[in-house]
This record gives sequence, C-alpha cells and structure tokens, in this order.
Amino acid sequence: MIQEIVTIIVDGLVYSSYLFMVAVGLTVIFGVMKILNVTHGSFYAFGAYLAATLVGIYYETDLPEFGGFLMLFAAAIAVGVFFGIVLERGLLRFLYHRDEHIIVLATFAMFLVLEDVIILIWGVDPYFAYQPMALLGSTEIVGMPFDTYSLTMIGLAVVVGIVLWLGLTRTKWGKLLLAVIYDRELAQTMGINVTVVFLVTFIIGAMLGALGGAYVAPTISVSPGVGVEVIVLAFAVVVIGGMGSIPGAMIGSLVVGLARAAAVHKFPEVELFVIYAIMAAVLAFRPEGLFAPAKARKI
Amino acid sequence: MRYVDKTVIGLTIAFLVLLALNFVLAEWMRFIGLQSLARGAVALGLLVLWRSGLVSFGHALYFGFGAYTTVMLSLAGFTDAFVLVFAATVMSGLLAFVLGFLLRRYRAIFFALLNMAFSMILYGVVVKSEALGSTDGFGVHKPTFLGYAPEGEAVQTTLFLFALVFTYIITVATHIYLHTTLGSMSMAVRENEIRVEYLGYSAEKVIHLKYVFSGLVAGFGGGIMALAVGHVDPDSMANWTVSGEFVFITILSGTGSVAATYIGALVFELIRTYAFEYAPHIWQFILGGSLLAIIMFLPDGIWSLVKRVRKVEA
Repeated sequence: MIQEIVTIIVDGLVYSSYLFMVAVGLTVIFGVMKILNVTHGSFYAFGAYLAATLVGIYYETDLPEFGGFLMLFAAAIAVGVFFGIVLERGLLRFLYHRDEHIIVLATFAMFLVLEDVIILIWGVDPYFAYQPMALLGSTEIVGMPFDTYSLTMIGLAVVVGIVLWLGLTRTKWGKLLLAVIYDRELAQTMGINVTVVFLVTFIIGAMLGALGGAYVAPTISVSPGVGVEVIVLAFAVVVIGGMGSIPGAMIGSLVVGLARAAAVHKFPEVELFVIYAIMAAVLAFRPEGLFAPAKARKI
Repeated sequence: MRYVDKTVIGLTIAFLVLLALNFVLAEWMRFIGLQSLARGAVALGLLVLWRSGLVSFGHALYFGFGAYTTVMLSLAGFTDAFVLVFAATVMSGLLAFVLGFLLRRYRAIFFALLNMAFSMILYGVVVKSEALGSTDGFGVHKPTFLGYAPEGEAVQTTLFLFALVFTYIITVATHIYLHTTLGSMSMAVRENEIRVEYLGYSAEKVIHLKYVFSGLVAGFGGGIMALAVGHVDPDSMANWTVSGEFVFITILSGTGSVAATYIGALVFELIRTYAFEYAPHIWQFILGGSLLAIIMFLPDGIWSLVKRVRKVEA
C-alpha cells in the first residue's frame, strides 16, 4: 500500500518535472510575446534527437563518463539558440501584427515542416542514449528501486524553476521583461528594446523546451512523433496553471504529472482522458487558469 | 441580392459539373473529391465560426465523433448511408449543442484551447478503449443506399453522388443563412459584442447557434469520410493535428465565400496526396511549407485570387 503510493508520487514527480521544463518554456514565450508556440514540440524533439546523437558520439571516445551529462545541456543550448534565432528573426517577426490565431497556425505549419526535417536528418529508426541513465544506477525508496537518473530530473526542474523565478523578480533583466509583459507599447516608449527582449525570450523558451527533450532522451526511445504528444500535454499544463505564469506552470505540471501517474497505476485506460478532463474542468471554472497573472486593465 | 444569386448560381453550376464528372472521373480522383467534400464541410463550419472571430482548434472532436458514430452503427449492422451519415450529423450536432452552453462564453484563445481539450478527451477515450478499437480503429462495412447495394466501383460513384447532393444543399443553405440578419450578426459580434447586446441581440445565442451548426457539418464530414476511406482510427480522425488541418483549410480558403472552402479542401487534398505520392518522407514539410506560404503571401486565402481577377475585369 505505502509502496504503491510512493511509486505513484515519485513517478508523478518525475513526470511533472519533465513536463515543467517543457511547459515553462511555452509559458514564458506566451507571457512575453503572447504567442502560443506549437513549434515548441519541435524544440523538444530536436533537443531529444541532438542529445541522443551527441551522447552516442561522446561515449565512443575515452573521455570521462560523467561528461555525457554535459552533452545533454550542450544539445539543449545549441537547439535553443539556433531555432530561437532562426524562427524569431526569420518568421515570427513578420507576423506580430497579425491575428493571434494566424500566428498559432504559422507555428503549427513550422511544426509540420520540422517534423519532416527530423526524419530527413535522423531517419525513422529510433535512437537510444541510455548511457547516462545506466551510469547512475538505481536508488531504493521504501524498498522500491527507482532510476537515480529520473530522480535527478526532479532536482533539475526545481533548479530551473528557481533560476527563472529569481531571474524574473530579482534582476534588472527580469524587471524589463515584466515591463514588456505589462504593457509592450509603453515599455517601448520608455526605451526598452522590445525587439531584443522578444528575441532573448524566445531563445530562452526554446532552450527550455529543448532541455526537456534532451534530459528525457536517455529514458525513452527517441523516435519520430515524440513532439506530437508533448506539445498538447504542455498546452494542458499551461492552461491549467494559467498562461504566462511560471508558478502556474509548476502547479499545472504537478497536477498533470500526479494525475497521470495515479491513472497509469490504478486505471490505465483513463490515462489521457484524465489530463484533458482536468484541463477542460479548469477552463470551465477558471478560464484564466489557476494562477493567471493579474492583468492590467487598459482604458 | 444580386451577389447572393451569383454564388448560388456558381455553386449550382459546380454541382452539375461535378455530377456529370462523377461518371468519367478516375477512381483516385473521385476519392480525392470525396475527401475534399468531407473536409470542406468541416471547414465550412469553421468559416461560419470564424466570421464571428472564433477559431476552434478542436473540431476533430465533431469530425471524429461523426466518424465513430458511423463506424459503430455500421458494425452494429446498419448499412444504409442515409442512416449512418444522418446519425453522424445529428450526434455531433447534439454534442455541440451540449458543449455549446459552456463554450459560448469563451472567446479568442480560450475558445480555441477549450475546444482542443474536449477533442483530446475524445482522443484519449478512443485510444485507451478496446471497445472503440483503440489505436487500430475499425473498418467500415460497405454502405447501401436506400436498399440499393452497389458493388465494386459503383460504391464510390454512388457515395460521391450522395455526398455531393447533401454538400450542395448544406452549402447553399449556409450561404443563404449568412446573408440573413442572423447571419450578418456574426460580423457584428466579431467587431463589437457589447453593441450587439445593446441592440437587443444575444451574442452568446448567436455563437451557440453557429457552434451547433459547425458541429453538425463536422459530423456530416466525419460520416462521409468514414464511408469514403472505409476505415476509422483515432490518429487520422480525432487527434489534434486533424483539427489543425481543418484550420489550415479555412486559412487556405479565406473567409470570403462558402464555395472557397471546397476549393481550399481540394487544394489541401491535392497537395497532401501528391506530396505523399512523390515525396513520402517530406509530405508534412510540403504541407507546412504551403501553409506558411499562404499565411505570408496570400493572407486572405485562395479566394482573394478570385477577387483580384474580378477587380481587374471591372
């Protein structure tokens, strides 16, 4: 009994952690740029693929074993910077004046394009990058073995959350960002370079999405279509927590992660149903989400 | 009212031409035509919603619900296409009516996402339920038409005829509706909802009505699609990417005319079929690329090309 509960909680926390990393990137981009970025699923997928490739290459050399972890972060940063710049400068900036639905659809189109780019680069066979996971072995909690690697994911998510929160509330950059979120035009007239703020935000968001993919890569088989499921789950998380809110993304991923873990262990047939039912219920009773940032009322 | 007549005449001509073409079309062309009619019907519903500024990222719900209604009835022994498609239409319409009470209170991105949540609930239920065929889905039995049980190629020919007649009726009815006072309310709702309320209309009721309509036609499209393809599975009928494709068609077509949705659906189907045929590894690439090109260079959709030609003539 106690073991079952612990399993559900640990599995749920691990799942929440990786959802949080993906969803927080999505929510940061939405909060600042008001763009619901479907391409985020591609960032995740690219992060996973690049990480799997880099890890594979790394372990063919004689370099120290723990360096493999650096490869995961290197993959996330590379994907974030590259796609952040290419997409924001090459596509999104031409669409800022358009209807919000059109922008969502443009990112959906980009998502479709990148799905096939992945297949062109990596083919359709699955990739595995199990080495970092094998390296850490397993840990026993109340007599149950858990992958130590998966447990580190919880730590990483906490670190990511704290860094983002501190960055947003305690640094000058964060204040500038808040000003832009609050009122873009006014921020611009006060001399904030909104163009740069948008670009940097998008890169950071993309990096977080890619980090989610890269860090999860050792635990899954990386195959075509990994981004399709993740992006709707991240939507659900972001909607539950409140779009544009970092604490919201945390609560949202905890809700979704724990609900899913409970469903998987107790009633596997309602696994997906539960997540979207919660999403629909939250939208029905609190359309702004549980933790929506207070909106300035413009007159 | 001259403009109205023009569109109706155009639709009627297209209807008659397609009716005649039905007998000479190659089988694969008829298949593309059927799929275009099915998807076009869904896009028609989305167009009606879009007129009041609402976009749904979840109409795969009604499309899939219609398709599954059809396949379940087909497996239960009903073979008549009239019964199957009628049931699909009505069931999806009912679902839209019920959910509409909630959804009519939402606007903008919340409307889009709540629709998506509901569609993913259906997807989640179907994928995990053995009774509903799980990820493999079901095959649909060969349909009959009021006792007439065609064999071989005649099945598709009859089905095309069937789909064509009903699509024609629905489309003309939609066109007429959009030009009534109630239809014109959509633009008013989009521009300024509060004023609409002050004028004595209920914006929510207008939206609810449109929503039910969009559910009905999406169910119809789903029923036709199930019969045309002969197979129903969650990933090609109910996943969120399917909803995305419907919005894609709406953007491709533009909101200018009811006829445009079918042209948009046909173009979509052609891009998809040919991309899949000649470049199976990059068909999504081509699809996404075309969508981006439309958004960037043809913001009002294919229909704006027609308008441009008209302007030059004038």
